[in-house]
Amino acid sequence: MKALRIIGRSIRDAFKSVFRNFSLSIASILCATITLLVVAIVFVVAANVNNATESLEQELSIIVYVEKKASSSDIEYLEGAIKNVEGVNEVVFISNEERVKDLGESNASLGSLIESYETNPLLNSFTVYVTDSEKLDVVTNEIRNMDFVDSANYGDEAVDTILSVFDVVKTGTLVVVVALIFVTAFLITNTIKLTIYSRRNEIEIMRLVGASNTAIKMPFVFEGFTIGLLGSLIPIITVIYGYIIVYAKLNGKIITDIISLINPYNFIFYIALIIAGLGAIIGMFGSLLAVRKYLKI
Amino acid sequence: MKFIELKNVTKTYSTGVTALADLSVEIEKGEFVFVIGHTASGKSTFIKMLYREEKPTKGSVIVGGVNVAKLRNGRVYKLRRKIGVVFQDFKLLPKLTVYENVAFALESLGMKASEIRPKVLKAIEIVGLKEKVRSFPHQLSGGEQQRVCIARAIVNEPKLLICDEPTGNLDPETSKEIMKVIENINKEFKTTVIMATHDKDIVNRMKKRVLLIEHGVLTGDYLKGSYKSHEGA
Repeated sequence: MKALRIIGRSIRDAFKSVFRNFSLSIASILCATITLLVVAIVFVVAANVNNATESLEQELSIIVYVEKKASSSDIEYLEGAIKNVEGVNEVVFISNEERVKDLGESNASLGSLIESYETNPLLNSFTVYVTDSEKLDVVTNEIRNMDFVDSANYGDEAVDTILSVFDVVKTGTLVVVVALIFVTAFLITNTIKLTIYSRRNEIEIMRLVGASNTAIKMPFVFEGFTIGLLGSLIPIITVIYGYIIVYAKLNGKIITDIISLINPYNFIFYIALIIAGLGAIIGMFGSLLAVRKYLKI
Repeated sequence: MKFIELKNVTKTYSTGVTALADLSVEIEKGEFVFVIGHTASGKSTFIKMLYREEKPTKGSVIVGGVNVAKLRNGRVYKLRRKIGVVFQDFKLLPKLTVYENVAFALESLGMKASEIRPKVLKAIEIVGLKEKVRSFPHQLSGGEQQRVCIARAIVNEPKLLICDEPTGNLDPETSKEIMKVIENINKEFKTTVIMATHDKDIVNRMKKRVLLIEHGVLTGDYLKGSYKSHEGA
């Protein structure tokens, strides 16, 4: 009961002091707003970059050409063998007839030329998708050594370069996001420290009249929580509406049709939740750190 | 009955300054004691040690049976609840009314609002500020602000009232009134009062026990003493 009363009063005092120390509260809230807005935008961009690299990686596949002499049972056997290779996700068989048709569609003269042959000069093939693009290399080598395989290719060097660039991009965005969170925490904590510095007398008096450390900390923690939460409002609204509008304008694609943006529904609300949580938690810990300084713990 | 007992207390600050050297003194329950001495004599350290704002480097400080020197930081608040402190600079919260300033002490202890109200009103009445309950500190005179500070110190009915130069910022007439209030509290509620002061007139007029601290050493302990008795005049 006593604890409840202290918590109740802490919440009441937190709201009171946000309004009583309005100019300082506004400064803290604005600081939180600006930093969290940057964080929110970077989050959205980073998530999309990650999504794009991943979907591009999934498009990467190995083309396996089957030797002419292979019978249909050999082909069946080969398909089974490829499926059994570790790291293979999906195997799609494309017969040489299908390939002629595809060729004819993309290039009519080439198609009619091939059709003039008595026997189909093209080879049967498999398109092999792997679970992890890192494994393209290993899987390709393993397939090359199988019977009835004419050749297996995934674009080797070009793809390796793309993959290493993707790795750099992914690590880069992660580093930026983490660094930004630290900077945000630092900035918000410091502005909150200023508001608490201006009220060190209050803390001193509370200590002198025998308030326990918890009772002293609580109103400030709630205040930090409120400041962080209020500060996250504008970034959340901006990022939700902003992303939905951008997504609609671009039809969900960016640069090419292959790179699609993340569908805003749910995704953008997760981002909003993260921003609100980040604001509230940084606000709370910021106040806690600042108050501890005056508590002589 | 001994209420406060300091045994061989030495306080050396991290700067190397020794504020108190091997000081021992006993104070009975309900006593009224002045602590006098020049600026930087160590009397502030002495006072601060009683409510555990400072810890002794050596020796023991026992207040109401508790060895304050050994009290952990996290439990200091339990000691503070038994002690009221009045300051030279009042230390009121400027944005709270008189009532709120006094109630603040009880609220932070988690007391029920229905219990707080009568206690606060009683404390405000004792110091004679009944008409100013709703005023803010900046609307009060210095003497009135000091009364609020006293009300806040006694609202939880402490056994010990510590006053650190309570009249230091007040004119002689107002000082007299404040002293009357403090003396009344001492008489009526048997509250032990320990007061550090520079004010010769007050000490001489009241004829209470006087502790003289010079350069960190207790050089005089006079019952019904005065400033004159140690100045040899």
